[in-house]
Amino acid sequence: MTDIAERRLALSHMYVAFIAFILACFMGEYQVLERSGFISALDSPTVYFASVSTHGVLMAYVLTTFFIMGFGYYTATTSLKVPVWNKPLAWGGFGLALLGTVLAAIPLLLGLASVMYTFYPPAQAHYLFYLGATLLIVGSWVWCGIMIVMFLQWKKDNPGEAVPLAMFATTMNALLWLWTSAGVALESLFLIVPWSLGWTDTIDPGLARTLFAWTLHPIVYFWLIPAYIAFYVFVPKQAGAFLFSDEAARAAFIVLVVFSLPIGFHHLYMDPQQAAGWKMLHGIGTFVVALPTFLTGFTVIASLEIAGRLRGGKGLFGWIGSLPWTNTMVLAVILSLLMLIFGGFGGLINASYAMNAMIHNTAWVPGHFHLIFAGTTVIMYFAIAYYLWPILTQKPLYSNNLALVQLWTWFLGMSIMTTPWHVLGLLGQPRRISSVVYNNLLTLSWEPYELLMIFGGLVLLGSACLFIYQLFKTQFSNTSAVFTGEVEYAEPIHAVGTLPEYLNDIKIWNKVIGVLMLISFGIPILQFFFLDTYDSSAWGF
Amino acid sequence: MHIDPLEKKWAQISLGICALFVGIIMLDALFHSVNAPSNVETINSATLHLSEEFAEDNLGVEVDDDGNIIVRMVAGRYSFFPKKITVPADTKITFRWVSIDVVHGVHIPMTNMSTMIIPGFVAEVESSFPKPGDYPVLCNEYCGLGHDHMWSKIDVLEKDKWRALQTSSKGVAK
Ligand code: HEM
Ligand SMILES: [Cu+2]
Ligand SMILES: [Cu+2]
Repeated sequence: MTDIAERRLALSHMYVAFIAFILACFMGEYQVLERSGFISALDSPTVYFASVSTHGVLMAYVLTTFFIMGFGYYTATTSLKVPVWNKPLAWGGFGLALLGTVLAAIPLLLGLASVMYTFYPPAQAHYLFYLGATLLIVGSWVWCGIMIVMFLQWKKDNPGEAVPLAMFATTMNALLWLWTSAGVALESLFLIVPWSLGWTDTIDPGLARTLFAWTLHPIVYFWLIPAYIAFYVFVPKQAGAFLFSDEAARAAFIVLVVFSLPIGFHHLYMDPQQAAGWKMLHGIGTFVVALPTFLTGFTVIASLEIAGRLRGGKGLFGWIGSLPWTNTMVLAVILSLLMLIFGGFGGLINASYAMNAMIHNTAWVPGHFHLIFAGTTVIMYFAIAYYLWPILTQKPLYSNNLALVQLWTWFLGMSIMTTPWHVLGLLGQPRRISSVVYNNLLTLSWEPYELLMIFGGLVLLGSACLFIYQLFKTQFSNTSAVFTGEVEYAEPIHAVGTLPEYLNDIKIWNKVIGVLMLISFGIPILQFFFLDTYDSSAWGF
Repeated sequence: MHIDPLEKKWAQISLGICALFVGIIMLDALFHSVNAPSNVETINSATLHLSEEFAEDNLGVEVDDDGNIIVRMVAGRYSFFPKKITVPADTKITFRWVSIDVVHGVHIPMTNMSTMIIPGFVAEVESSFPKPGDYPVLCNEYCGLGHDHMWSKIDVLEKDKWRALQTSSKGVAK
């Protein structure tokens, strides 16, 4: 099967993702510099907040969504061994999402949408920002639809057979994203867009925040799942061994998808518009989603251990040394897991109903999500890109050593930047400030940490540039060497025979999610229609 | 279908760990009077000045008939009002926060006095300050271009000093 069309589709999505990424990295470094206050010429809240809003949108929405779509299309075609269904439609989705990105970028860059990527009303941005963001989401729904159609069609054509794990996980992620984005889509369509266009005068900030919290938690799993897919379907093979268990992997993806949805209120622990009982319910669910991460950690480490021993590693820890540390996928997964372990500890604090009060909305929070999102997750995006780029462009990777340096520096930079960031949070520094003006002794203790952060950010920026340089040099090299490798999926130790339907289907889980969402969000949303709530009019920023 | 025995064991251990965490948190919430604001009490943020409770004269510290201390604060771009208040150390204090404009957050660093302030709702939080001192009160939710400047002060006095101050100023303020 020639897959030129699929390769072009995947590459185009990844171009958008990584261009957004590198632009946003420059903004990130500017931000750590500006907020430190060390260079007074830089001081400008107007520019700073426009920058943070753009950086957040580019990283959280553009990089992720485009990367996931591109990776998903290529995973579907290579794991099912069929062409992508309805390519014109896929390009339509791409176009829509790109148009949305451009429409949102205009007001963002002009400083007309400095409302952060969370855009909590009643602060109001230019309507193009909301319209653009909505189009980006609608474009991504096209991708979800195509993944689901391909999944169902394959099942029909191959009755009784197990859907390949990579496709099972990708389709579960599409299902997850449809449910996840429904919250912000409702907020957007019914509250924000009509209000920003002036069709309605007022808005209910409590309801808006509740709907956004619906999206805010599972969205991080939407971003994370490609990394987990790589853990399961690429890493074991790249390390030279087998996947420990295909069935356990499916179970992990299912629990991840199903339980990440009904728990968004851990973002509202500190909000007055939801009652304690609902917060507790979501809080308990939050610990349930820790389960698949424990399972994933186990399976990945077990797969790695088998690989290490096959390569001659002995003793309790000897296998670690004999892993192929020079393989980008293997190195990335090790660094990713390290960041996950530290990030996981932080996450436990955030998730704790009581301890959360100490760190809520402090610098701890961006420290935490840079570690776990920009670290654990994005380092796997790099590894996937290094793996796919030669396949997609049919040119050998420009330099494996450079790629190893890039992964190490990303890890080091992230450690250097996020450790002081967490400390600043414990010292009370709020997140999302452009300068420190509080006339208080406490703030003096913040300075050395700001300095460290700037340094960490520089290392990260350098690493990001290396990444882009590598992709560029690979694709546009004039070597005559042709790369003919194809995507290779890891084999499980025990071949999967027939599977029970619940490990091979999405429909059951769709229903389960529906019920759980009704339970956990039904009354908390309906209450806004029973309570005597008061709307707010629009405010600038 | 194949699940490795080791894997099964690990799944059980993980379940146990999760259950343990949930248990600790539930117990903590039950016995350590966790104070996240969850009172779901609505108020019209556009007409606060007309409301009895949050009219300008009624803001700040109040000691009710039972001796409970209630602090009423209004958040508005870009400060918390009143800009400086004085409370006793080591005493339970009930804070009631409202916003006159957009979403704000408030945190007194090194304490658990933290809440979001959502227009349309009163956020009620209980806290106490073990140590006397001058604490900053910081806005911790981005609320506009002047967000950096949104802060005020709270002065925590020894109980006795605070009481003395109260009696001497009785009749003067309020
Ligand atoms: C060169 C590397 C980077 C640097 C120096 C950097 C720095 C920053 C800074 C200073 C902020 C403002 C945080 C605050 O005050 O609350 C920020 C926000 C943010 N960063 Fe990064 N960042 C980098 C890379 C990334 C990456 C790779 C991602 C994710 C893929 C990311 C995601 C975000 C998001 C979503 C926000 C928005 C936070 C908010 O609205 O509160 N960043 N970043
Ligand atoms: Cu979350
Ligand atoms: Cu603020």
